[in-house]
Amino acid sequence: MKLKSILLSTGIALVGAPMALAQEMADSMTLVSWGGAYQQSQINAYSDPYKEMHEGLTVVWDESSNEAVAKLRAMNEAGNVTWDLVDVTAADAMRLCDEGLAMEIDHDEMLAPAPDGTPASDDFGETIVSDCFIPQIVYSITFGYRQDMVGDTPPESVCAIFDTETYPGKRSLEKRPINNVEWALLCDGVPKDEIYDVLETEEGQDRALAKLDTIKDDVIWWSAGADTPQLLADGEVVMGSTYNGRLFSLIAEQGQPVNMLWDGQVYDLDGWIIPEGLPEDRLARAMDFVKFATDTQRLADQAKYISYGPARASSAPLVSTHATLGIEMAPHMPTDPANAQNTFLQNFEWWADYRDDLDAKFQAWLAK
Amino acid sequence: MSTLNSSGPQTADAPTPDDAFHEATGLDARESQPPHGSGDGDGPVLAADGRPLKQSLKRALRAQKLRALMLIAPLLIFVLVTFIAPIADMLFRSVENQIVSDTLPRTTQALAGWDEDSGAMPPDNILAAFTYDMVAAAERKEHTRLGTRLNYEMTGISSLFRKTGRRVDDFGETYLDQFEALDPAWEEAKTWVRLMGDPDWLAANADWAAEADAAGRDFDKPAPPFELKPGIAAALPETADAYAEFARITQVEDEDNPAEEEPWAPVYLALFRDLAKQPAPDFAALAAPDRALLAPAAQAVPDFETVALADLYIKADEDWADPEVWKTIKAFSPDYTSGYFLASVDLQKTVDGVSAQPEDRQIYMLLFKRTLFMSMVIMGSCVLLGYPIAYLLSNLPMRTSNLLLILVLLPFWTSLLVRTSAWKVLLQQQGVINDILVWAHIVADDARLVMINNQFGTIVAMTHILLPFMILPLYSVMKTIPPSYVRAAKSLGATNWTAFWRVYFPQSVPGIGAGCILVFILAIGYYITPELVGGTTGTFISNRIAYHISSSLNWGLAAALGTILLAVVLILYWLYDRLVGIDNVSLG
Repeated sequence: MKLKSILLSTGIALVGAPMALAQEMADSMTLVSWGGAYQQSQINAYSDPYKEMHEGLTVVWDESSNEAVAKLRAMNEAGNVTWDLVDVTAADAMRLCDEGLAMEIDHDEMLAPAPDGTPASDDFGETIVSDCFIPQIVYSITFGYRQDMVGDTPPESVCAIFDTETYPGKRSLEKRPINNVEWALLCDGVPKDEIYDVLETEEGQDRALAKLDTIKDDVIWWSAGADTPQLLADGEVVMGSTYNGRLFSLIAEQGQPVNMLWDGQVYDLDGWIIPEGLPEDRLARAMDFVKFATDTQRLADQAKYISYGPARASSAPLVSTHATLGIEMAPHMPTDPANAQNTFLQNFEWWADYRDDLDAKFQAWLAK
Repeated sequence: MSTLNSSGPQTADAPTPDDAFHEATGLDARESQPPHGSGDGDGPVLAADGRPLKQSLKRALRAQKLRALMLIAPLLIFVLVTFIAPIADMLFRSVENQIVSDTLPRTTQALAGWDEDSGAMPPDNILAAFTYDMVAAAERKEHTRLGTRLNYEMTGISSLFRKTGRRVDDFGETYLDQFEALDPAWEEAKTWVRLMGDPDWLAANADWAAEADAAGRDFDKPAPPFELKPGIAAALPETADAYAEFARITQVEDEDNPAEEEPWAPVYLALFRDLAKQPAPDFAALAAPDRALLAPAAQAVPDFETVALADLYIKADEDWADPEVWKTIKAFSPDYTSGYFLASVDLQKTVDGVSAQPEDRQIYMLLFKRTLFMSMVIMGSCVLLGYPIAYLLSNLPMRTSNLLLILVLLPFWTSLLVRTSAWKVLLQQQGVINDILVWAHIVADDARLVMINNQFGTIVAMTHILLPFMILPLYSVMKTIPPSYVRAAKSLGATNWTAFWRVYFPQSVPGIGAGCILVFILAIGYYITPELVGGTTGTFISNRIAYHISSSLNWGLAAALGTILLAVVLILYWLYDRLVGIDNVSLG
């Protein structure tokens, strides 16, 4: 009874709003994203075509996704949320949802179905990791290595990062435990599907840190996504982890002597959330836009500009060539079957629990 | 007044009303003593209008002080509202902890009497209180926020609350089914609302519902807030409480009418608990229809199939069986907590008191010490590098010194990020300096120096960035030191060194003091540069504060760390004042 009434009321709000309030949509909206090439790809694929369809609409882009969680909380406390749609990682979306800062969403009601009629929730599948999350892209944290610094035996396994004998030199890893501890356990012989069970124990965490300890002196720790590409380009590191799109632009657009290492890559997701508590006209506009921007064609279009995989299953076949380079994009997608032979999806729920604890341990370990 | 001024304390400045005031006070003091010498001192000195001089002066002064206050008022209010108040508010978060008792009011009360050393889950009455709290929190979507809050204290609570929040509205379903089997009326929203609601409220609510139906979609008049029937809370305390919560949430959160909604299962749990109580509840005060409804239920309840709440929770998530979870909730029940402050000095708060963090989680004391130490080193190297430059600047001819000053200021005007990145280019292993050293065969190609992503890199980059803050106050002080003093010292036979050390240097100390305070305080709160070039050994406490503000959202801990940092700066400032004297600081 309770559930039914919630469904009914959201149903009315969600279905009813775009139809009944079509004339009452706000004529400007503020979108928040990460800046750089990624934001540009969103402008090209989503907001420019949408603006053409809606005369007189002003779209403001804000490059604040990095601190979106903190800013949204501050805006919410001040009672003045100025953002209409925010691009965040899946983990941040979960946190915003937990904090009550993001709106819960009925994916099937709100988002466009696939062209063959598959409802959105099935089309997005397991990328819907939170009730508030509207998935957009699948990206991966993966490794790139310098062709000229690995000798005749280019690395084929992610465990090359722990092999300082064969691959001497520095490597760059992100300055946080997420992904690093998983790789450490993976390369310490833990089967992929047991990693989080092992990490849950005190011994497992110590084991992961002990493994990382073996290369601690050989690591440059990065905190910005641009660090590893820069370090690779300078020859400061022999290999390093970063977002696969950054490596793509380093290799394909800048022609650096760097190769991708498609092994042990960790999938992560990025998508939209709608802030809680928007006034009706802005909410209607945000929902109208997000329905457009996450339909099958739009997600496939984004892949023309950046090598991140669309979160919808139905978009994959539509991925075409790069808008300016003209190269086929599918082989550069983290979701491409050839690249996805040994991957794993981050366990977001697990990290939501253990993030603070492990981060404290990781930082204490780093500082020692 | 003019006569008073002329006899007042002689200062070089023009006479002020203050002088007059002091003078008047002096006169008063003289009056109170037995007159000697000049014998005309009986009675207070009067002003021209016949009032005592002291009073009329005070009035004149008050007006002036008021005027001065009004002049600075805009700035004062601006600073208070935009600077002091937000900082105070932020720092206050370091002790604030109302979220636990706000979200779980019944549980925190019930847990106060719980023996945490029992080694088991709390008894049913606490679990029942927790169920009522949880179902309400889940409806308001506040349980996950609390889960996040408590997860800072104990790993795993976040998902525990998230998972349980989805299931808790089924807790008590066993009783719901049995009450319904007993009398289908229990299924009806109307039965409940008639049993629980105040008759006046029922009437008002029915009017409101009728009005809402008639008005259609655009109706936005608020519903009359639910009120309990008098006497029902005495007869069925838990049920009345649970139902009132249900009714309020239905009205406020869902904007529905409680008269049309069947209560959630935990309300039936409450009803069962009330009816099963020994001795049997007394319904004498209730109206006949209510008695008729409750009496058969009360009779049937002893034969009901029961379910232990503990089992329901363990089925939802076995972590509930861990008494540590309950201990954590109990330890963080009070409205204000020292937990954040303890955490920021590597201690932890438990229900049994304070204990040290496990060694592999201790980090903050190390970072505090490192921040202080490195800020001192940076301050010291700024003095060493800045002093000769400031000396040059103030002693060279105007034209050359202006050029030099621009060279000092140019980096000052350049973006912080650009300067930091430039140091990366210079210092990294494939960087300019290493390349030159390798080219000159000073170091081998495979043994390039590591000069960045460590303490050294941080110290170099930050010294460079903060140098202008040392040079400028030094320069402005040195500019005012007359060269004739040094010349006089020399003419009296001092060597160059003695003349500098005994005559020039002491006069430049206020500039050093000002520069040191500026550089040190700026350095202690820096975080961009250490983040970019600090690696693992060169990061500051501010990096952790930034992390807790923007990533982990643990604002309480960030506020506690910030408060400690602020306190350390104030203490050092006070120490400085005691040792050197703040009057000896000149910013120019």
